[in-house]
Amino acid sequence: MKKIYLDHSATTPVDKKVMQAMAPYFSDVFGNASSIHSFGQAALKGIDKARQRIAEFLNCEPGEIIFTSGATESDNLAVKGVIKALTSKGMKTGETHVITSLVEHDAVLEPFMELEKKGFSVSHVPVLENGVIDIEKLKAKITDKTVLVSIMWVNSEIGSIMPIREIGKIVKKIREKREREWKKLNKTGRSDKPVPIYFHTDATQALNFIQCDVGRNYIDLLSFSGHKIYGPKGVGALYRREGVPLEALQRGGHQEKNFRSGTYNTTGIVGLGAAVARLDKESQDKNNKYIAGLRDKLVVGIKKNIPDTIFNTDRDNSTRSHAHFSFIGAEGEALLMRLDMEGIAVSTGSACASGSLKASHVLIAMGIDKEVSHYSIRFTLGKHNTEDEIKTVVKKLALIVKNLRQMNPVYG
Amino acid sequence: MQYSGKVIEHFKNPRNQGVIKDADAVGQVGNPVCGDVMKIYISVNRRQTTDGRQQDYIENIKFETLGCAAAIAVSSILTDMVKGMTLDKAMKLTKDDVVKELEGLPEAKIHCSMLGVDALKQAIKNYRHENNEKIQK
Repeated sequence: MKKIYLDHSATTPVDKKVMQAMAPYFSDVFGNASSIHSFGQAALKGIDKARQRIAEFLNCEPGEIIFTSGATESDNLAVKGVIKALTSKGMKTGETHVITSLVEHDAVLEPFMELEKKGFSVSHVPVLENGVIDIEKLKAKITDKTVLVSIMWVNSEIGSIMPIREIGKIVKKIREKREREWKKLNKTGRSDKPVPIYFHTDATQALNFIQCDVGRNYIDLLSFSGHKIYGPKGVGALYRREGVPLEALQRGGHQEKNFRSGTYNTTGIVGLGAAVARLDKESQDKNNKYIAGLRDKLVVGIKKNIPDTIFNTDRDNSTRSHAHFSFIGAEGEALLMRLDMEGIAVSTGSACASGSLKASHVLIAMGIDKEVSHYSIRFTLGKHNTEDEIKTVVKKLALIVKNLRQMNPVYG
Repeated sequence: MQYSGKVIEHFKNPRNQGVIKDADAVGQVGNPVCGDVMKIYISVNRRQTTDGRQQDYIENIKFETLGCAAAIAVSSILTDMVKGMTLDKAMKLTKDDVVKELEGLPEAKIHCSMLGVDALKQAIKNYRHENNEKIQK
């Protein structure tokens, strides 16, 4: 049975070219990049090249990239590292406010929960019914004490694209206003510096589809990982704009300007650089166009062949890869398992699959009925999928949905 | 989270799935808002034991289920287990018996086995309730 992979938001296969770029760094160029001898320097050269390539993509300085083990670590470092640095500088826990959204990945939500437990004040911005952040609500939540805003670029479950540039602009304007007002204050009466405010975005799901220019989008911190962009697992990076306060969460050998200690994962970093280098505007446009075509075929095919279906992804406000559906009366995990038996891999936000038994926080935030949320499946298409695969999926899916609905005592 | 081969087998080819049109009793538990609904149909008959006692047993059983793979596998194996069983014995069935028969269930799915047992017992209770009323009349 030929298998069909439609779960690219979970992870992607490593591109052959990326693998080739990585290959020499396992056994030949194996030195520790922190060593001064030629073995170390050869490895460092590979890392420097990767750093350069990533800096070009993000439109930042190479020195603003911190390599990590992946987006989860980058998110933790960004959120907790900024707060840790500000606290070290005398910021008071009870007087500090941070903002995130209701639909973030757990890699952001959990660090914010940790902050909340420590006594920081945390706000969660709601989303509109298409899964896009409610920008007016975000504005309303910012107070004089807000120091960090963390909003993901693309939602992993539904695919919605957030207005990152607009958010970046809002945060920047507030920072500038605080500075202006601080300057006007009497020198003896004012604090050392105005209350700072920074903008972090988890761009893990965005890199494949969007040119993530940190300058153009007024971003202070940006997280991403290798394995979502046809690169290796276990490697990622955090962009930190020069000057943004950050304190390390793990200590040791002083790598990455002491922001992130730990021996360089040379092969991973080289792979990350090679994967990012393949995201130039031209390749991205080509892939976006191709994947958009496939998604349209999938959506049309499903709508035509399977009645009582809801397409939850906002076609015009999402990555081209995402197609999130609810098939009324057919439970998500059962759908996923039946598709898997046919060699088709998808994902579900269904409570039953996650093991938590809670309905997806993203769907609930979008106002999707709890019952409907259980009937959900997420397809995320990739550049290697084909039209034939989509046809097969629609055909098999129609039978599976019909079968599960027949089994359902409360459907129809 | 991983399912046992037995769970997969029953999910793939569920036994006793469907409806008994003239069922003697029906039991239904769960709620679509929680994502699980199980409905069990039973036909009950009476037989004589070797020592001459009369006993009621489940002659036929069918299920309809809305739920995950575990919920469907539980419904399938449960109906297999109790087919031909006396009502008294079926009432003593526990979720652990079902889990054991399925060669284990992931921790988060244990509630599915409870739902199955509850639906079955609901059906038996309904049967007994209606029959007692008939006898009294």
